[in-house]
Amino acid sequence: MINLDFFLEILFPSLLEGLIMTMQLICWSIPIGLVMGVIIAIGRVYGNVLVSFFSKAYIIFFRGTPLLILLFILYYGFPSIGIYLSPFVAAVIGFVLCSSSYHAEYIRGAIQSVRSGQVLAAQALGMSKLSAVFNIVLPQALRRAIPGCSNEIIYLIKYSSLAFMVTCIELTGAGKIVASRYFTYTEVFLVIGAIYLIIVSLATKLLNILEERASFPGWENRK
Amino acid sequence: MKGPEGMNQKKELILRIKDIHKSFGGKEVLKGISFDVYKGETKVIIGPSGMGKSTLLRCINQLTFPDQGTIWLRDQEVTHHNLREINLFRQKIGMVFQDFNLFDHLDAVRNVEIALIKVKGMKKEEAREKAMHELKKVGLGKQASLYPAQLSGGQKQRVSIARALAMDPEVMLFDEPTSALDPELIGEVLGVMQKLAREGMTMVVITHEMGFARSVADEIIFLEKGKLLESGPPEILFYQPKYERTRRFLFKLTELYGDLNGKK
Repeated sequence: MINLDFFLEILFPSLLEGLIMTMQLICWSIPIGLVMGVIIAIGRVYGNVLVSFFSKAYIIFFRGTPLLILLFILYYGFPSIGIYLSPFVAAVIGFVLCSSSYHAEYIRGAIQSVRSGQVLAAQALGMSKLSAVFNIVLPQALRRAIPGCSNEIIYLIKYSSLAFMVTCIELTGAGKIVASRYFTYTEVFLVIGAIYLIIVSLATKLLNILEERASFPGWENRK
Repeated sequence: MKGPEGMNQKKELILRIKDIHKSFGGKEVLKGISFDVYKGETKVIIGPSGMGKSTLLRCINQLTFPDQGTIWLRDQEVTHHNLREINLFRQKIGMVFQDFNLFDHLDAVRNVEIALIKVKGMKKEEAREKAMHELKKVGLGKQASLYPAQLSGGQKQRVSIARALAMDPEVMLFDEPTSALDPELIGEVLGVMQKLAREGMTMVVITHEMGFARSVADEIIFLEKGKLLESGPPEILFYQPKYERTRRFLFKLTELYGDLNGKK
């Protein structure tokens, strides 16, 4: 039963479809999650009482709820209030909410570690606070947040497999279907595990290159 | 003492500080400070630490809002404006900080040009040219592409002076510009400031460098306990102060920071 044909004709084609779905999930979720994370972090640090409170609540809520529960609410719960999301959209929204709340905390820490005198200096030059945050603080904070955010991105790649629980057939889901039909759990999940490992290794490599590119003299010794 | 423009002409008012009060947590650190600064003048503010000197300087460019009192730049009131208008005033009031506050992620020339681009809306090439010009003026033309971490303390402070000068300010505020420097680096920063004073820049300087004060100050202001205790030209303040307190303070400073002739 288990032979090369199984891998070439059955497993790989369906895994390829699943892989494409996984890549779509993470390619949407990572950038949106990051942008949301930056916005929430800025709101938390620089926002007025209301904005800061909202940002804190956001982080507590979405970091504190299991992602799976979040996905179930979005996909199975929301129709009861008249909101119907496709499996893909529900998964991306869930990932973005979860991922951004983690990013927000990494970025908040990084923002707070930028010496505050630099904002004063920028303001003394006539820069608005907002401009100082965007031109002076964020370029430094985002560099500092790269290691933490990299961690979260790698988590996201792996927990994207949860999309399968809301019927979005990505890599893990596609594999599970093949495995249960042909009763080849060991082979299938070994292959899937290897694929995740390869994706994560590639992502790690890219993120390391990014970290290196983003460093500047006086920066490397902070590592 | 002063350049040709500084003296003799009709005095042109640049900065008027009027009855400034400021409290922090119930403690009043400024209790009604007033003085005027005229074009080309160098005012040196001295006084014990923690007595509101820095706060006073920050009130001038509204980095700290005074509780009471007004600041005037020429004939315009700086105080009681919205943030947008305050940003316009800040462009005309250069400030140099004790701990430099250079932007760590930008090299020297970009430290100088960023406000030209982002605040003044200057074109990149034009800003670069202006920034290079200012860096050369403080003797750092060759260090333009170095990052703050690659510069010595004295060089960092000179970059921060160039950064403030690039905005073509009407007046420069210096908040203990040499206090964070190693003794052998102080001279290069004071040298730049002396040159500025000679060229007719209007300056308000907080410093403990009495040699500098003696050689460039038109007036020394002694702040104590939130009040302007005594002020006057260095010759008067150093040799015939009104108050025993002033005399003792100056005596201690000169003992600590070199003699009155500007030599170390």
